[in-house]
Amino acid sequence: MSELVIRRPGWQSTIQDEGRRGYYREGLSEGGAMDVHAFYWANKLLDNDLSSACIEVLMGQFEAEFSAAGVISVTGADLSFRINGVECETWCTHRVEAGDAIAFERPRSGLRAYLGVVGGWQTPVCFGSRSVVMREQLGGLDGGALKKQDVLPYAYDRESVLRQVNPHYVPDYSQALTLKVVPGYQYREFSKADRQLFAQTEYEVSDQVDRMGYKLRGPPISAARRHLISEGIAYGAIQVPQDGQPIVLLKDRQTIGGYPKIGCVASLDAARLSQCVPGSKVAFEFASVARVQSERKQFDRFFKTPLWHAGKKA
Amino acid sequence: MRVDAVSENAMLLEFGDVISEALVPVIMAVQRRIEAELSDVVIDLIPSYTTMLCVYDYNKVDTQWMADALQKLTRQVNVETERRLSGSRVDIPVWYDPEVGYDLETLADAKGLSVQAIADIHCAKEYLVFTIGFNPGFAFLGKVDDAIAMPRLSSPRAAVARGSVGIADTQTAVYPMQSPGGWNIIGRSPQRMFDRSRGDRCASLLRVGDRVRFRAIDRQEFDRLGGSHE
Repeated sequence: MSELVIRRPGWQSTIQDEGRRGYYREGLSEGGAMDVHAFYWANKLLDNDLSSACIEVLMGQFEAEFSAAGVISVTGADLSFRINGVECETWCTHRVEAGDAIAFERPRSGLRAYLGVVGGWQTPVCFGSRSVVMREQLGGLDGGALKKQDVLPYAYDRESVLRQVNPHYVPDYSQALTLKVVPGYQYREFSKADRQLFAQTEYEVSDQVDRMGYKLRGPPISAARRHLISEGIAYGAIQVPQDGQPIVLLKDRQTIGGYPKIGCVASLDAARLSQCVPGSKVAFEFASVARVQSERKQFDRFFKTPLWHAGKKA
Repeated sequence: MRVDAVSENAMLLEFGDVISEALVPVIMAVQRRIEAELSDVVIDLIPSYTTMLCVYDYNKVDTQWMADALQKLTRQVNVETERRLSGSRVDIPVWYDPEVGYDLETLADAKGLSVQAIADIHCAKEYLVFTIGFNPGFAFLGKVDDAIAMPRLSSPRAAVARGSVGIADTQTAVYPMQSPGGWNIIGRSPQRMFDRSRGDRCASLLRVGDRVRFRAIDRQEFDRLGGSHE
């Protein structure tokens, strides 16, 4: 069996795929890769099924060793990536041999890097997904982040062409970000003045950021009602608790909640937000469902088209 | 009923403004019909007290089609027939004791009741599952008798043991796993509320619409049923 042995797990490295579908009604979080763009690229480069499991490495400082040959991909955060001490490109694939050691340094920009392997990491499937949701102690090897000496199996059963993402598609995570927001939920319960303030303010990412959500800092806003009857929470929902500071709810969010919500961040923008470090500047702009949906559809079409078609277009 | 798009892949169905037992069978009926008729486009559902969030595949249908389909299906639900619709009846054993019910004595003092009376009142009613959330298998049950209703603790505990039975205002629940929590804990159940070994689709003991009765047990029975003292 081909395996990756973890030598240094880093701050928080977790197995993630596309997350769980169909278990919200049992109270399970969605989970899944926080940055779907970098995650899809990690799989697309390898001709993997797009939902194959990758390792999501938060803030680098990750080291591991291969027991056998394989082909891997590294995407996401801009960081130094080394194979046996030799600096290698990211956003591309690499061949590795038995005994090869890989290392991720602390990112220069962005937070999350994705390590894919041909065929995907073959950790157990739990409720239809390999994703770890730490709060629920579910998924991965033991429901938690990777630990030193953990062993991740993979099946190197086909050749893969070595590929690199066209630099045109590699995002600059240090750039200022504007998040498109679909007005919804309790949008109308925020005063016109507060909605304007929300859309015209530059917010700052606070240090309260994790896989459940990103808390932002800025002038407080509030809805007419402070607490509501709990209702289902969609990905990207912007919850505004009593202190008036918005929280964008992400992959490991709880399924229901009772704070007012001014709208939902577009899924691709929410993915991009997950690469923002505390202190980053973000702004919001309201957008129609149609606009946000057509951008996402285009994104899905791009990734679901065989690579050589996309290559021609680029 | 209102249907509103809240994001590129979710619609919120609103059935009413106030929490009411009468809404639960209606929401259950709509959920069953969506599962039966729209399962190829609907990815997931979150039924709650007065709403249901419906996550769908925007690559298969557009927003207007989805909203229309949900409206049409909801109109077809016959509320009178559905009122008779009900979930399973579930008995949950609870050991009401200060050793595991951290707040049992405080609650008894605050209410001017004995510990025994708290247990008796908690066991006297049948509760309805209004929604599942917070954690896998965490069922929000109502309504608790006003005589033992109590607001959440002002500062939540960092860790509440698995099986803990709590009260928050007029709601009650059993913690399916150890987690932080601010509910008033009055006892502990040996019953596994969430158990993967029962299978993916039946891991949660309770579903929306089920009816629950608590049954007081003593320490011996708690131990015999596999209850944990940790």
